[in-house]
Amino acid sequence: MKKNSIALGVLSFACLYSTASAANQARFNPDISLTLDGRYGSYSNVSDYELPGFMLGGEASRGEQGFHLGHTELSLSSNIDDMFFGKFTTAIAEHEGDTEVEVEEAYIETLTLGNGITAKAGRFYSDIGYLNNQHNHSWDFTDEPLIYRALFGNQLVDDGLQLSWLVPIEAYFKVGIEAMRGARFPAGGAANDGKGAYTVFAKFGGDVGLSHAWQLGFSHWRADIEGRASGTHAHDGGAAEVPTYSGESSVNGVDFVWKWSPKGNNREQNLKIQAEYFERDEDGVVELIGSNPLESTTYQGQQSGWYLQTVYQFIPRWRVGYRYDQLDSNNQGSESEILSEAGLDNEGLKPERSTLMLDYSHSEYSRVRLQLSKDDSYEDSDNLVFLQYIVTLGAHGAHRF
Amino acid sequence: MKNITRFFTTVFLLLLTSPLMASINVFSCEPEWTSLLDELGGERINSYSATTAYQDPHHIEARPSLIAKIRRASLVVCSGAELETGWLPILLRQSANSNIMPGKPGYFEAASVVERLDIPISSDRSLGDVHESGNPHVHLDPRRIQIIAQALSKRLSDIDPQGADYYKQRFNDFTQRWQQAMKQWQVQAQKLKDLRIVVHHRDWVYLFDWLGIEIAGALEPKPGLPATPGHLSMLTKTLTAKPAKIIVHTPYQNPRAAKRLSQLTNTPVVELPYTIGGTDQVKDLFDLFTVTIEKLNGALK
Repeated sequence: MKKNSIALGVLSFACLYSTASAANQARFNPDISLTLDGRYGSYSNVSDYELPGFMLGGEASRGEQGFHLGHTELSLSSNIDDMFFGKFTTAIAEHEGDTEVEVEEAYIETLTLGNGITAKAGRFYSDIGYLNNQHNHSWDFTDEPLIYRALFGNQLVDDGLQLSWLVPIEAYFKVGIEAMRGARFPAGGAANDGKGAYTVFAKFGGDVGLSHAWQLGFSHWRADIEGRASGTHAHDGGAAEVPTYSGESSVNGVDFVWKWSPKGNNREQNLKIQAEYFERDEDGVVELIGSNPLESTTYQGQQSGWYLQTVYQFIPRWRVGYRYDQLDSNNQGSESEILSEAGLDNEGLKPERSTLMLDYSHSEYSRVRLQLSKDDSYEDSDNLVFLQYIVTLGAHGAHRF
Repeated sequence: MKNITRFFTTVFLLLLTSPLMASINVFSCEPEWTSLLDELGGERINSYSATTAYQDPHHIEARPSLIAKIRRASLVVCSGAELETGWLPILLRQSANSNIMPGKPGYFEAASVVERLDIPISSDRSLGDVHESGNPHVHLDPRRIQIIAQALSKRLSDIDPQGADYYKQRFNDFTQRWQQAMKQWQVQAQKLKDLRIVVHHRDWVYLFDWLGIEIAGALEPKPGLPATPGHLSMLTKTLTAKPAKIIVHTPYQNPRAAKRLSQLTNTPVVELPYTIGGTDQVKDLFDLFTVTIEKLNGALK
């Protein structure tokens, strides 16, 4: 109930704000943007979702059945003064009947440090990978790649500080580091007095002629983890025991994007090919919190996965896309039964999924999408259908690469 | 011998001075501003255009190559009036270049120094992609180019005070040639006055304002939205009652809808250059207006 009233408060604040901006001159008011996301989901398998070989957490799930809302996002952003830019995004979503309000992003970013240096502080999407720092509403598929679901609980977001430097050479070359709290999945426990996670990333990019553009990125994430609970893996006959991991974790990734449009005019036709690969090494202990006596095992994990997707806009407004996902894992430990209960036994499976999508964008502000997946990410093969709309009210979105 | 010495001295001096002179990197969002900058800044600037005549300036992505370019710019020159709203703000933020943020001398919006047309009475997205600050395609009126040139020349002097005399001299030279050209264009365009023309998008408002041409309709049902069969048949009805002489579009707009309407109404279609590079002959702003008027006149024959 309390959460509901917060949601109402946020919304009515936004309404008041936009009324005010219409009446007065809008110049000094922040850009306000509201994203509505509605879905219809269908799948045949109703058993608990899992990805064999991975301890799931964060928002990892297969999606809901029937008519439902995705995340409703309200975002305010503006230059604060000549030094800082600020952005706040809240997501309102329903989980098991409760309306939850979540602070997705709340950060400030410098505008005028100069020399290609930017500092960012607060809660933000990490710059690792290609998709991670984009809002999921601007993704080309309804759901996340399996490797994002498996490693990051959909998306890596954390509280911390980022420093990035655009190297002053002819080509695009950006490097950055992030120091994070590490309290949220896939870290946990906010180790080292709340400085538990770090990232390093580098991005290169450029054009080839007028019609092609590309970007290549490398990223690294590491964390000291104190008690990362795996929330979504239910124990048979009740969720009394919570598999929890403590130890070291490091992720390495490489991402690549290639875009084509005739003479660089993406209005009529364009093609995007994108692929990302991540691998994770973990070394520590898994405990089943709630078991009596406490059951635990050593755990050395090696997990990896990749996806390749291509999206083609064949005529204005219409796009078709295909994505292939695959995961792999090799986890060892002293007690294989406990590993298995924690979801770390891959059951001899390499989870995979094939996805087709078709979407129609009437304008830059609206999109309707149909998506079909053949999901072999766990032992019961499944066919998923999603029908989705995503619309944006308010400020014009940014055309990110 | 004396000549040879003088020759080598000159070459040496040129080598010494030219890299120093070309010290101002200017990033312009559209090629028309690159052309104007070359007129006004000459050898003291390095100009770069983020887009070509074959790209819709509304729909550009903040590509890595653009971020790399804008990071090293001392001056950014764009149309403004929200034309680049989807990509310029994010480029500026990603550039981490403190010289070119809005409000700084290194940030110049051409539309902000001239009177704008098409300022909407109400801003509602159901009206399509309307720009709150008015129509941004200001470069298609030579009178406005003159005003922009004056402001831009002054801005170059602000950024590079050592070149102030040079910029002033180039501005005077440009003004003289431009005024001369405008007189010629006006003579050449006399037959175009009061003509009714169908446009693809309202890119041409300023050109038509200058030449006294009337917009007979737009192929886009709403700004930014592609033509639909229903809209074209409505347009056909309007044009049957009150015919238009020409249908125009830019190089970056798909000619399909224009051709369809041409079949329906027996009206000729002309692809106008719109900006520098829009046809092979258009190498600068002077060519742009010369070729545009030639092409419109040609369609009347």
